[in-house]
Amino acid sequence: MTMDRPPFWKTWTMAAAALVACIAAGSITIGFVLLPVLQPNDGHLSIWQRICHAAGVSRPVAAGEPPAPATITTSRVVVVPQMLMAQVPASVGSGATLALQCGSCHGARGVSGADVPNLAGQYPAVIYKELLDYASGARENAVMSPRVAQLSDADMRDLAAYYAYLPRPPAGRQAAPPIVASGSPMHNVAPCGACHGTTDYKTGSPWLDSEPFDYLKAQLIAFASGARHNDISGQMRNVARGMTVADITASAEYYARAQ
Amino acid sequence: MLPSRRLILAHFWLGFAAFGVSLLLGEWQMFVRSPLHAWLRHPELYYRSVTAHGTAMAYVFPMLIAMGFGYAVTEAALKQDLIGRLWAWGAFALVAVGTVVAMIPVSLGLASVLYTFYPPLIANPLYYIGIVLVVAGSWIWVALMSVNLRAWRQRNPGAPVPLAMFATVAGAYLWAWTAVGAALELLLQIIPASLGITTTIDAGLSRVLFSWTLHAIVYFWLMPAYIAYYTIIPRAIGGRLYSDPMARLVFVMFLVFAMPIGVHHLFADPQVGAGFKFMHSVFTGLVVIPTLLTVFTICASVEIAGRLRGGRGMFGWLIALPWRNPMMLALAFSFVMLGFGGAGGIINMTYQLDSSVHNTQWITGHFHLIFGGAIVMMYFAIATDLWPHLTGRALASLGLMRAQLWTWFIGMIVLTFPWHYAGLLGMPRRMAFYDYSDPALAGQAAAVDASVAGGVILLVSGALFFAVLVRGHFAPAADPGEYRFSVAAHHQAKLPAALNGFGLWVGLMVALTVVNYGFPIAHLLSLKNNEVPVMSVSASQ
Repeated sequence: MTMDRPPFWKTWTMAAAALVACIAAGSITIGFVLLPVLQPNDGHLSIWQRICHAAGVSRPVAAGEPPAPATITTSRVVVVPQMLMAQVPASVGSGATLALQCGSCHGARGVSGADVPNLAGQYPAVIYKELLDYASGARENAVMSPRVAQLSDADMRDLAAYYAYLPRPPAGRQAAPPIVASGSPMHNVAPCGACHGTTDYKTGSPWLDSEPFDYLKAQLIAFASGARHNDISGQMRNVARGMTVADITASAEYYARAQ
Repeated sequence: MLPSRRLILAHFWLGFAAFGVSLLLGEWQMFVRSPLHAWLRHPELYYRSVTAHGTAMAYVFPMLIAMGFGYAVTEAALKQDLIGRLWAWGAFALVAVGTVVAMIPVSLGLASVLYTFYPPLIANPLYYIGIVLVVAGSWIWVALMSVNLRAWRQRNPGAPVPLAMFATVAGAYLWAWTAVGAALELLLQIIPASLGITTTIDAGLSRVLFSWTLHAIVYFWLMPAYIAYYTIIPRAIGGRLYSDPMARLVFVMFLVFAMPIGVHHLFADPQVGAGFKFMHSVFTGLVVIPTLLTVFTICASVEIAGRLRGGRGMFGWLIALPWRNPMMLALAFSFVMLGFGGAGGIINMTYQLDSSVHNTQWITGHFHLIFGGAIVMMYFAIATDLWPHLTGRALASLGLMRAQLWTWFIGMIVLTFPWHYAGLLGMPRRMAFYDYSDPALAGQAAAVDASVAGGVILLVSGALFFAVLVRGHFAPAADPGEYRFSVAAHHQAKLPAALNGFGLWVGLMVALTVVNYGFPIAHLLSLKNNEVPVMSVSASQ
């Protein structure tokens, strides 16, 4: 074989570039102009708006019509994995002082028999978020709401740091029931353990080991009915609605007995 | 014997070792989510395994085969010692170390994000750093291919580059450019989040960047298989290559059209406009052209072999083909699977048809048929064809090789055909267990069971393959002679210079990337408030 010299090279360059350019131009014409113009559902849009839409540029929401007002307050807290993960000794000390008001229900060391949440060793981001939700009204409780109203943001962070610092009650494990280990696929319920411990932990999910049975059960029922609605994006409401009474009892029993 | 045989053997053995381990994991995954196994009580183990399987099979295994084969082609086709052998060992070390570094967090459950990363899921940084090391190693290989070609050109000014080397360098350039998308995603978005430097991520942008890599990487996996079709098979079955310039045209078309098509993986993604989805669909369709040209050229080359062996008439040449030659079998099986897999691929790239199979088991069935079937079949062929030239010992066990190829073919069909069917029934992918006791899902149970059986056959075939390779090391020494590639049927008096170089084609590849990806990426970069909090994956109890 011998090599052809430059004149051919020029021809190839021209031909290949022109062919590819024609294909690109053709697909741009069809994809950005012809097909958008032929869409029957977009009659209210101008041609330029349709082209922008095809390019992935979303239209700003039309002014004039206000969004429907919310009927319930939902959580406005954004939880990220790194939230409050650095333990500050001064914050723990300050939180311990503040927690003197909480001990009558939650126990002097964050564990009590009062069927209220045991807070010892809970993730700080979880405690902080719940306090913020009580303050905003996203979560309501006759006892908690008025008390939280007096707390500053720094107080809430200190309390979260203090309870996170306390040792968790010793955990004793039994075999997880199916709802905890595998969820309920046909009801679109993910395994409890995938977020709340046992299998995995996901950001923002509380540690549930040794929480009181009555508390856990009441919360699941409240999520299912919508009475509790401070879960971000409705995650727990969606899960709890899919759970049967037996599922709720089994999961609450499993986590409550882990002490 | 090839001068760099130890280097090439190291690549092949590490690549096939990764393949062997991943094969076991793959069958375990198929089994535990089938009706034959109770629901997995620890579903995270499933995702851990899928991550290891995907990372080893998609990055490590094909990369090492492409690298090792590339070194072999350099020495055999250019007839020169590999320039930069020390660099090549360094690249190999990077891939090996990167693999181990990535697999440690995966094994510990700290990186169950699957090989496609799926931000905002964020794994332990070591996982991503390991993958970056693997890719860095492969980029050294790209540079070495280029350097060796350049040195050969200087010694042979104006001479046509041997086809095998031309195709290898085309594959290397394709990989160098296509890896840029995932590299940008890893270096600018994921690794900073994984190290805790950032706490939010634009997952839509990540997905667009990954799609830059995700489809062209398939053609990078495919390149060694295509090189074997054109430059090994016709010689191995006693035929001639039907057309040398046609082969070059095919490889440069892959270089141009494999790249600007990845958005067909994002048909269901809202952050990309429908116009770009259409454009990428059109260019995906164009990949059919080099594929069909290959089918034509290789079938014509095989027909030459059949007629040289005395085959007559319309179909007589088919009967006359050397069907007891493992290379003939490998090609036939590979083509059958490429045909079915390719047809499935045309369905996937069609927007309307994709809607019914998107994210179902159909997709997993599809890429296992193409990669595990058509491509890996040719990796087997490449390895067994090269083995005598690497070990200095003949592979005598042809019966064992035929049994291995037959079992791989049958296993892959039994695995993937029911897998496609389960997808058509709507079975979603990426789930650790399914409630087959529900009447809505009960119909999928038999298909999944069949796939488990297919996987068992593949395990047997994998074991046979290792037996073939290991026996090759212990056979009596025999001089394999010079390693040769296919000879073209027609003497080509003239070769267009465009088919002897890469400037035009690399230019078109980059230009099309700018046209097809430039606006979506720039637009997503310009959007504010598009980021979501990252989500760390960990096995903490």
